[in-house]
Amino acid sequence: MANVTLQAASTVKPPLAPQAQLVIRNFNFYYGGFHALKNINMDIYKGRVTAFIGPSGCGKSTLLRTLNRMYSLYPEQRAEGELLLDGKNLLDSDLDLNDLRARIGMVFQKPTPFPMSIYDNIAFGVRLHEKMSRGQMDERVEWALQRAALWNEVKDKLNQSGMSLSGGQQQRLCIARGIAVKPEILLLDEPTSALDPISTLRIEELIHDLKKDFTIVIVTHNMQQAARVSDYTAYMYLGEVVEFDLTDTLFIKPKKKETEDYITGRFG
Amino acid sequence: MANSEHTSKQFDADLEDIRSRVLQMGGLVEIQLTTVIEGLATGGEDIISRVIETERRVNNYEKEIDDACVHVVARRQPAASDLRLIMSVSKIVTDLERMGDEAEKIARMARSIYGRGALTIPRSIDLRQAGNKAAMILRRVLDAKARLDTAEAEKVIAEGKLIDTEFRGILRQLITYMMEDPRTITTALDIVWIAKSIERVGDHAENIAEQVIYIVDGIDIRHTGLPPAPAPEESA
Repeated sequence: MANVTLQAASTVKPPLAPQAQLVIRNFNFYYGGFHALKNINMDIYKGRVTAFIGPSGCGKSTLLRTLNRMYSLYPEQRAEGELLLDGKNLLDSDLDLNDLRARIGMVFQKPTPFPMSIYDNIAFGVRLHEKMSRGQMDERVEWALQRAALWNEVKDKLNQSGMSLSGGQQQRLCIARGIAVKPEILLLDEPTSALDPISTLRIEELIHDLKKDFTIVIVTHNMQQAARVSDYTAYMYLGEVVEFDLTDTLFIKPKKKETEDYITGRFG
Repeated sequence: MANSEHTSKQFDADLEDIRSRVLQMGGLVEIQLTTVIEGLATGGEDIISRVIETERRVNNYEKEIDDACVHVVARRQPAASDLRLIMSVSKIVTDLERMGDEAEKIARMARSIYGRGALTIPRSIDLRQAGNKAAMILRRVLDAKARLDTAEAEKVIAEGKLIDTEFRGILRQLITYMMEDPRTITTALDIVWIAKSIERVGDHAENIAEQVIYIVDGIDIRHTGLPPAPAPEESA
């Protein structure tokens, strides 16, 4: 059966010999006494889009937030196991969190532009990590806005407030801000759930384009979105990864009945 | 195979409607086949026109069911077993419709043979045997489809091969027949077409059986045959 599945997937453009960029091993996460993620083992592949799907409360956002240690902001939350990036365990206490968050960027559900100009929204993060001339910064800002498919819409108003943009533009601004520091991995937490369908498609198109340079992990409530944008999909339920496979396989012939029930809408 | 209900009852109703219409269409084609095979013995004009008349209804079913499949895709974005079902149904109705076409061809050939004043059709016993077998295979594959029974689908595929063998047997007999008496060539050729149509019915039944296996197991065995038995899956 496994051979057949691989063969079928190979006709749909094979992610040939993907290289693991982030290796998750025996990972457990607790909110105080609540065991939120249970023994997660999976690889996040370099230059691919990985989607986490599952019903509310399944742990998909929690897993995403642990990948750049957002949880470290909260003392009662703790993680065990290994999150290996280039062989370094991200859970190690000597890790520089600012450095980590420059390597693993994040975009949230609601667009969160800083209350400053469009230009400074992008430059702010870059200044924290790199010293560069005004000219170099101009180039970096343009590069980030170009890559986020926003440049043409804002190039004449870079000094206007980031808050003046539409929701979809704000979200692309946040993506530009995320990629401006040239991270290795970009985490997207429901990046389109507050956007209209056209803005959503723009972001999806952008995700497709960005994976040439970045590894992307996306959490989405929208299964069709996971099917559209991702190369790999993990279905999570009650803090566990029920099934993790090529997106094509998962949406055409999932191996587990629980996955089947969820993606066909027979859940609960 | 998920068989519990969808959260959306309307989705369940849509799929159930498609499933039952496929069975109704299959039933019609089966009637066409048995009717025309019976007609081979008598050449009754009423039988022949009944088959041709039914063909119109079969064609309508094909279009309606395909349309219903398009609606489900557009409105529900089916996934996994639902997706496989919809894709397969769309192929199955094509096979059923072609079976109906073959039944109609047989009817027209029979009319042509009897129209030339023949009292019986030579080798009609063999033809009826092969025809009944084809109708039986159709019935079984429709059952297999309704019950999502892959074991039965595999048997249908094996039986379909037997019809091919029977076709070659009939062909050999007809060749002898034509060599013995060239005046029979016109009729014999018509009979070859009838036998060929029966053989095609068997082929279409095999195609449907392959789709049943795709719906249930997600394995596409077209042109390749069944894969070797899968290794037992690891439980996570």
